[in-house]
Amino acid sequence: MRVKCTVNGEKHEIDDVWEGESLLYALRERMGLPGSKNACEQGECGSCTVYLDQTPVCACLVAAGQAQDRDIVTVEGLAGEEKLHPVQQAFLEAGAVQCGFCTPGLLVATHDLLEREEQPSDPEIREALAGNLCRCTGYEKILDAVKLAASRKAEAAT
Amino acid sequence: MEFLRPATWAEALAAKAEHPDALPIAGGTDVMVELNFDVKRPPFLLDLTRVTELADWAPDGGMLRVGAGVTYSRLISELGDQLPGLAMASRTVGSPQIRNRGTVGGNLGSASPAGDAHPPLLADSEAGAVVEAHSVRGTRFIPISEFYVGVKRSALEPDELIAAYWLRPAAGPQQFSKIGTRNAMVISVTAFAIALHPASRRVGTGFGSAAPTPRRATEAEQFLSDELTASGRWESRAELDPAAVAQFGELVAAAASPIDDVRGTASYRRHALSVMAKRTLVWSWSDFRNARPAPNSRRTA
Repeated sequence: MRVKCTVNGEKHEIDDVWEGESLLYALRERMGLPGSKNACEQGECGSCTVYLDQTPVCACLVAAGQAQDRDIVTVEGLAGEEKLHPVQQAFLEAGAVQCGFCTPGLLVATHDLLEREEQPSDPEIREALAGNLCRCTGYEKILDAVKLAASRKAEAAT
Repeated sequence: MEFLRPATWAEALAAKAEHPDALPIAGGTDVMVELNFDVKRPPFLLDLTRVTELADWAPDGGMLRVGAGVTYSRLISELGDQLPGLAMASRTVGSPQIRNRGTVGGNLGSASPAGDAHPPLLADSEAGAVVEAHSVRGTRFIPISEFYVGVKRSALEPDELIAAYWLRPAAGPQQFSKIGTRNAMVISVTAFAIALHPASRRVGTGFGSAAPTPRRATEAEQFLSDELTASGRWESRAELDPAAVAQFGELVAAAASPIDDVRGTASYRRHALSVMAKRTLVWSWSDFRNARPAPNSRRTA
């Protein structure tokens, strides 16, 4: 089956897609975008989180065929040409990245949270990131990173 | 496998009639797991995400008609005030990513005894919610208590699709409680929903993961409704009788027929149900006591 969709602003047309295939597989194996990670394949870990029509979803639970004519943004689409996105920069600086496997999903989930809530409280951060598992950091540094990104964003806005 | 991508509801119904073995997929939060893990290889996948009318909801004749494709996230943000019990259950589903995709229509289609939406659907109004099923042959309105017929089996015919479900906007307090190993991303060990219906002097209940299907605790409902009416508490809004609360918990536990499995034992599930039934009753009664009486109930009081 052929699937056409827009990923990170670029039109993609992929062929020979298996009908039961996930969007995650299509992104990683057919479109050369391995940023979204494949871990649990059952929506438990959140490491494959991408935007589908501006809504964060687990790419492993979207059938590739359902992405037809949709607009997708992956972790690769967050940064500009020159610089990291402020959320990415904050994760680096706060030490929120250890093995890094969960990071792409957390970046997309955090990006979405800060679009909706400029200064999220701790419980709001925990709730927003509840679908993203990290086995290294213990989450404290991730909370620090989200708060750092939020304060940078607020500074930039003033 | 073939991927069917109907653009309209009529096309979807025609496809389901032509291919009754087609597996409908909406949010994919159940179906894709089965595909990713080689549990299912349906000959056809029927993608319903392009059928825009499935994602609509509207009040209709004193009821709410909610399209099968309305996501949990939208239920919480758009219908949380009118359907508080269902919204509470929706908040316990998976994670934000899952709630952004998953739908009550999918919960109904899967008909798993552990589906979080089922208990509040059962507790809604006297008879519970109603499922609106369509096929090329016509429309059926299936009362929720007749919808679940076995483990992961529903009353849907092979050529039918779920168009919507009907609920009454809450006219009294509703509560939901779920036991799991943590707050997020957890399938229920067991779950319980209660709805008070002061206008009709009735109490509605529903529980999950403690019988082959989601179920109402009808004896517990009858007992409590009678007790509250006989003691004049719907009018007086007096504190509950602790003995009645205990009896309600026992009757809810007695309505279950749970099994031992990896998530919990049968005896734990029964115990947990009685505790959740008592707690949610006390919470909802407290909400009822603290709420200003509606004008018509003040007249009758």
